Amino acid sequence: MNDIDQAGGTTTADGDAERHGERDWEDLVATALLGTERRGGSPQALLGAAALRTVRRRAGLRPAEAAHRPRPAPRDPRPAPPRAARRRLAQLLAGRTAANNGGGRRGAAPDLTELLPQWLAAAGRHGYRAPEALVPALLDAARARTDLRPQALALAGARGLWLARMNPDWRFALRGAAGGGGGLPDPADGPAVERLWEEGLFAERVALLGIVRAHDAGAATRLLTTTWPTERAEDRLMFLDSLRTGLSPADEPFLEAALADRSRNVRATAAELLSALPGSALAGRMARRALACVGPGAVEPPAECDAGMLRDGVVKRPPAGRGERAWWLGQLVEAAPLSCWPERFGGLDPAGIVALPVPGGWAEELHAAWCRAAVRQRDPQWSKALLGPASAPPAAGPGTASLAERAKLLETLPEGERADWVAEFVRAHGLSEAFQLLGVCRVPWAGALGRAVVEALDAAREAGSYPWSFSGVMGLAERCLDPAEASRLEALTTLGEDHQDTEASQDTSPGAAAYWSEAFQRLVATLRLRAAMLAELAPPPDVPPGPWS
Amino acid sequence: MWGLCKGSGSTPYRTVVDLTGPAYKCSCPSRKFPCKHALGLLLLWARRGAGDPVAAPDWAAEWLAGRTARAERRTAGPVDAEAARKRAERRAGRVGAGVAELERRLSDVLSGGLAGQERSGYAGWEETAARMVDAQAPGLASRVRELGAIPGCGAGWPARMLEEFALLHLLDRAWLGVSGLPEPLAATVRSRVGLPQPAEGEAVGDQWLVLAQYDSVSADGRLTTRRTWLWGLGSGRPALVLDFGPPGRPPELALPVGLALEAEIRFRPGSAGLRGDLGDRTVTAAVPGVPEGVSTGEALAAYGAALREDPWLESWPVVLGPVIPIPGEAGDGAWQIADVEGTSALPVTLAQGRSRSGLWQLAALSGGGPVTVFGECGHRGFTPLTAWDPHTAEPVALG
Repeated sequence: MNDIDQAGGTTTADGDAERHGERDWEDLVATALLGTERRGGSPQALLGAAALRTVRRRAGLRPAEAAHRPRPAPRDPRPAPPRAARRRLAQLLAGRTAANNGGGRRGAAPDLTELLPQWLAAAGRHGYRAPEALVPALLDAARARTDLRPQALALAGARGLWLARMNPDWRFALRGAAGGGGGLPDPADGPAVERLWEEGLFAERVALLGIVRAHDAGAATRLLTTTWPTERAEDRLMFLDSLRTGLSPADEPFLEAALADRSRNVRATAAELLSALPGSALAGRMARRALACVGPGAVEPPAECDAGMLRDGVVKRPPAGRGERAWWLGQLVEAAPLSCWPERFGGLDPAGIVALPVPGGWAEELHAAWCRAAVRQRDPQWSKALLGPASAPPAAGPGTASLAERAKLLETLPEGERADWVAEFVRAHGLSEAFQLLGVCRVPWAGALGRAVVEALDAAREAGSYPWSFSGVMGLAERCLDPAEASRLEALTTLGEDHQDTEASQDTSPGAAAYWSEAFQRLVATLRLRAAMLAELAPPPDVPPGPWS
Repeated sequence: MWGLCKGSGSTPYRTVVDLTGPAYKCSCPSRKFPCKHALGLLLLWARRGAGDPVAAPDWAAEWLAGRTARAERRTAGPVDAEAARKRAERRAGRVGAGVAELERRLSDVLSGGLAGQERSGYAGWEETAARMVDAQAPGLASRVRELGAIPGCGAGWPARMLEEFALLHLLDRAWLGVSGLPEPLAATVRSRVGLPQPAEGEAVGDQWLVLAQYDSVSADGRLTTRRTWLWGLGSGRPALVLDFGPPGRPPELALPVGLALEAEIRFRPGSAGLRGDLGDRTVTAAVPGVPEGVSTGEALAAYGAALREDPWLESWPVVLGPVIPIPGEAGDGAWQIADVEGTSALPVTLAQGRSRSGLWQLAALSGGGPVTVFGECGHRGFTPLTAWDPHTAEPVALG
């Protein structure tokens, strides 16, 4: 009897007969390799003996010695999604690979790739785990698309990390794993925390810092302090960056100490974090400097960048093409707490302050710095003042005409106000500039916002524009419109008699009507699909979701 | 009955229906049969009756005449029994000559030594394979064609080559003595050589569970083979149904894993009783639950036992369980499937056309714990095809 094939490795031969048989076979192979002319014997006899040996070997195969079995993955207590939802995820993941092969013009069929993030987010909200059989496909998807990673890895959970440890293709999952990693100790278990902090991989340490911080902010910075001088500069930067979530006055002493760090990037990040704490000593120092420069009717930028400013994170050398003094002024105003200005301007509110004329041609510099401060300090009142009325032409706004910066300001507004502002903007200016602004609105879009977008799309069609000029917004609408809008949109999917007969033949673009109809059909189909997808994820009403459901 | 139907092209489609068949013929390119034009013609006939009898145009008459002639030839069947026997004899003679030639070729190579094979490559074996096609032994031809690839498949190739030589030799010898072999074995030899098998055989009616279905494409890309593994729930018998598709068109038989069919399978004689043809079927339902599995040792024993009926058998279908998949080192090393208890394991081998992603799915389902898995167990190891989710007991097609 023999061990199975060469791949099996060890031999399980027992007894002389088998060892003899093995040698026999090797003998035959050697003769075959060199030829019977050289080794003697007849080829027919060799074939006969080999046939006997081959069939006997196959008929008498025995299992190989098992290699080391993997350590079982920790149990995931979350329930699996319902059956229909599991099937949908499989389809979405398969659509991902199919879409890569396809290409070309989009038809009326929904784009499954774009629905994957929504499925993952919704499943995450329901507290499901990923179905085990789909974890490899999910990891492959997350490998190709970094935007999917946080949600995909959270769903994959312990099983995903268990797999990622064995497959080099999925190593990214170990780097990015935060929380849910299974192996993390109880944040209150001091010795265990310290051990992992000393010995863990970078990803594990970041995750550990996160849970310790959620448990006790002071303990987290104490933990950081124990090893701070020995960490590499890029790791110090990453750890510092992770303090951004849940930043509180308790972090100030640690950040203040980091202002003296060896690395310039670490110093700058520490200063940025401190300036986001309006009550911090750094914010106070910055306020004093900024107030000295800016007041009603006068702007006097700093004449020099002194040692104190340098220590507080002000960068001395401006980028090419900008004046030194304007550069310093911008940094001071950006880092000063916005709450210091009303008093300086005689009790005016932010809107009043922003509306004031700025002497000396410093308006652009000053307003831009206020914009950055409003974003950094997440101040909705200042953001609204700087955005101005949505219906005003973008260039006339008090703060900034840059859509990217306006989108950032919008993000500091409460969701409702954000949607109202963007809806107003779309009604006033149409869709051509609205893409980035729509991108920061909560999904699904609020009713007024959704209607504004649909009306604007319809207006674009009426005006005879090509639908592909709006493909960005169309794609966004497919993902973000409330699925409940589908029935109202149905009317727009038809070609429309008048379109075909009069306009389409005369002044609108030829063929555009059909394309519009197709685009609206896809929009409706996608909304329907999203509605079905979300409904499938709802836990079955009768049976409480248990781990084996 | 005939008609012309205006389609999108410049010439109308010519459609004929022979109501005695019924049989259809149409010049349209549709692959549906009967095509919509023939159906339309029939609907017209059903509603209004045929028009006044008119002489059929040439193209319709020609087809009808051909049909009639063929039908007459068919009824003349019994008279031709003698001719059929003669044809079979002629073919046997040709195969015999091919077998003798193949034996000479094997002997020649072995007397000079296999060592030269690494250089000579495919061409020599392609030529021999072509000779086997001429000798009307397609089974021998495809075995011979695969010999060319062996020297390129890494360490241990001389042993593999000698094994394949030996199995060819065994088949040659078996063919030469086929008249003296007991019947199931003789049928196995005939089908391995590549003679057409009579469709008659043992018919087994049962509830058949679909265990796996996967495609593989031939080396030249011309043919897609779809393998469907079924399991008789009453008879406890495995069945392999093959379906083929030309390039660009997948085979038609599509059965999702886990489905149960009420059907009769007609098993072809020989080949260890695996190959069968699926008769009329009705879908009953998905069958819940995980089938009973066997250990790795029992799986190999089952393969070994099947070799008694067909020594050329590459693998045997088995449900293994409970077992634990062991991923290879660094992801791409050799995988194993081990019994939960004890130290036994089977090496994992990927059948042609199967990807590694199925293995990772299996590992994901297991999570280091026990699973039940169906696959093909052969002399090179085990190819996993379907696993049952330990939580939901649903079957998951791997890959």
